[in-house]
Amino acid sequence: MTQAKDLSDNSRRKFIGIAAGVAGSALIAPGVFLNQVKAKTDSDAVTNKVRWGMLIDTNKCQKGCDDCVNACAKENGWAHETGPEEVKVQWIRKLDLKNKSTGREVSLPVMCQHCENPPCVDVCPTGASFKRDDGIVLVDKHTCIGCRYCMMACPYKARSFVHSPVENHDDYMPRGMGVVESCTFCVHLVDKDKSPACVTSCKENALTFGDLNDKQSDISKRVAKEASRQIRADLRTNPGVRYQGV
Amino acid sequence: MNPVAFFRSLSMTSKLGVAFAVILLLIMVTPIFAEVPKPHIPTAKGDQCVEETEFMRRNHMDLLKHKRDLTMRNGIRTKKHSLHSCLDCHAVFDKQQKVVSIKDDRHFCNSCHVYASVSIDCFDCHSSTPIAKDKNSGI
Amino acid sequence: MKNVVYQEIEGKSQIYIKFFIGLAITLTVGLLSAYYMEHNGHIVTGMNNQIVWGLPHVFAIFLIVAASGALNIASIASVFGKTSYKPLAPLSGLLAISLLLGGLTILVLDLGRPDRLIVAMTNYNFKSIFAWNIILYNGFLVIVAAYLWMMMEKRFNKYSHHVGLVAFVWRLILTTGTGSIFGFLVAREAYDAAVLAPMFIVMSFSFGLAIFILVLYGAYHWTGRPIGNYTIRKLKNLLGVFVAGVVLLVMIFHITNLYAAEHGSVEEFMLSGSGYAVLFWLFQILLGSVLPLIFFYHPNFCCQIKYTLYGAGLVILGGMTQVYIIVIGGQAFPLQLFPEYDVISSSFFDGQIASYTPTLPELLLGIGGVSLAGLIVLIAVKILKFLPNSLADKDINPHYKAVE
Repeated sequence: MTQAKDLSDNSRRKFIGIAAGVAGSALIAPGVFLNQVKAKTDSDAVTNKVRWGMLIDTNKCQKGCDDCVNACAKENGWAHETGPEEVKVQWIRKLDLKNKSTGREVSLPVMCQHCENPPCVDVCPTGASFKRDDGIVLVDKHTCIGCRYCMMACPYKARSFVHSPVENHDDYMPRGMGVVESCTFCVHLVDKDKSPACVTSCKENALTFGDLNDKQSDISKRVAKEASRQIRADLRTNPGVRYQGV
Repeated sequence: MNPVAFFRSLSMTSKLGVAFAVILLLIMVTPIFAEVPKPHIPTAKGDQCVEETEFMRRNHMDLLKHKRDLTMRNGIRTKKHSLHSCLDCHAVFDKQQKVVSIKDDRHFCNSCHVYASVSIDCFDCHSSTPIAKDKNSGI
Repeated sequence: MKNVVYQEIEGKSQIYIKFFIGLAITLTVGLLSAYYMEHNGHIVTGMNNQIVWGLPHVFAIFLIVAASGALNIASIASVFGKTSYKPLAPLSGLLAISLLLGGLTILVLDLGRPDRLIVAMTNYNFKSIFAWNIILYNGFLVIVAAYLWMMMEKRFNKYSHHVGLVAFVWRLILTTGTGSIFGFLVAREAYDAAVLAPMFIVMSFSFGLAIFILVLYGAYHWTGRPIGNYTIRKLKNLLGVFVAGVVLLVMIFHITNLYAAEHGSVEEFMLSGSGYAVLFWLFQILLGSVLPLIFFYHPNFCCQIKYTLYGAGLVILGGMTQVYIIVIGGQAFPLQLFPEYDVISSSFFDGQIASYTPTLPELLLGIGGVSLAGLIVLIAVKILKFLPNSLADKDINPHYKAVE
């Protein structure tokens, strides 16, 4: 959406531009741009006025589809992992489940739940695993010593350890051998007012991302009206990721 | 007692020990006489760096460390002391106009760090070349 | 009890030299394995994203737990005033330091980035029990070193009670911290239990004393110094009590878990439904606890030193198995993200029992840590006065009556 430079046609072009933009956004995918009340600039520090969260509607999630997994792998530079499956890194994975009593089948993605009370942050000896003020839980790979205690502590098995040297370093997501990593909610995109790659890639619009503290955001309106739950809510980690239909 | 007489009065083991230590010391000082060329520091894009050269030489590690914490912990992504900006201006190109990575000794960081023998692990994780303009990313 | 004379060992016998060279070789091989793992990444080990802690951690935790327990003998002497244990106190302190150093070395060398040890020593997250453990372990080394100094320099002997008390309390906190590494993990069903902390304390008493008995007997037997039945018997009886204590706490742990429907599947996995169950019943309970107790207390075996030594060896075997089951078995059981659902498929092995095959570099690193502990003991008893000249009954037993 470019800014009109010609002042005389300013108001007309603006109207057409906004109309086109609204129509375009509705066509592409809702929520591509976060439309924050006041978008964060590069020099602003993050604050706890915002709490990032995700809503996953598993009713829309298709068995056999892993678009979100592939999009994450490509965006964050872990698509080229080699080696046995047990050793490969997984920031987000698809699970196919079947209810033990009713037999109902459901398919859903699981990634770092970005808890409000993250066990991984509690146990990290150096403080490398930390929660940003806006709720995103990250690994500071500069201070991570690779002890893997956070991997033991995470109830969602969200974290992965990099077992072999990384060859092609991503420009925006530095990652290397010997440290632990996990889903970052695509923090490098979120800080530029964009959505995580998984959200943008989902053809079924099953993923909604937004500010849980902003009552006017899509996600807040939906979780206030529709039923949703957290995984392992009994542990009181208060994850920022909520699920519907499971 | 003069040193020679002292040496003669030592036991055999001690004599061998002293001889070994002296030979070891002599071997260790030989690099003083080696002709190691001063590093060739490639010129960068633009007129000048964001800071004075002497200031950068002494303090670039502190600037990088401080900025990384600001970015990592607070989400501040200004360009001034960011690693991306350094890599952009200080990119070095080979004869085929391809940018060199940290694996190459001609890389800007390597030109000093190899000479000074100070290993850096930034590029275990970070890309050592400027952002590829054609990368299909959300940004 | 006559005045005890401490003396360095000569350290020139064939056995000493063979042990020294052998341990030096295994230590070097262990260090080379660590380099190999660090250079190529953990992909060369059997550890993966499902089983993140493996054989090196089993060795390290066993050594660290044993280290704290090895100090028991000195504590009984200094803190509880049992004079017949006093001659054993310096060796007890030495063993505590060397076992801890061996365990810590393995732990540090297995880190994904061991070059960042200085980061771990300077950046502390005080909510993490790991961070507390770093302080507790290093403090332990300093305190035990001071304790040894008080014991071994005559004019400071009057302070050994006070420093010994500090060491005793510090040790209990340290082992509580080690047990809490697992006890604090709410996510994993095999952990998340407060009883793990006291269980680790009693385990430390048991493992530490078992190692102490073997090292003590070996030192005296191979240097030709006399060691009497009185000392061995006292230590054997004490070890029996500790072994029984561990069995009691293990029983409490499992019975409590079995009572809760929540833990039914993990208990079934640990006690009947896996290879870990075989390890538990055969190696930890039968060979590692029941058989030693028979060797220690049954009239047919209790008075023969060789059965005491077999028993101590079996306790060590059972202890290593117990730590293996805790560390690896606890990780093998899958996390229950969706208790009402079965997982049909997942690319990250959700819902599946994880498998682990230890590899050679991991084993060599573990053995390397044990070798370091052994080498420290070998060198120390040769250059300093850790061992009394004689532990014969007539020199040690306060109730000794010359019968012959």
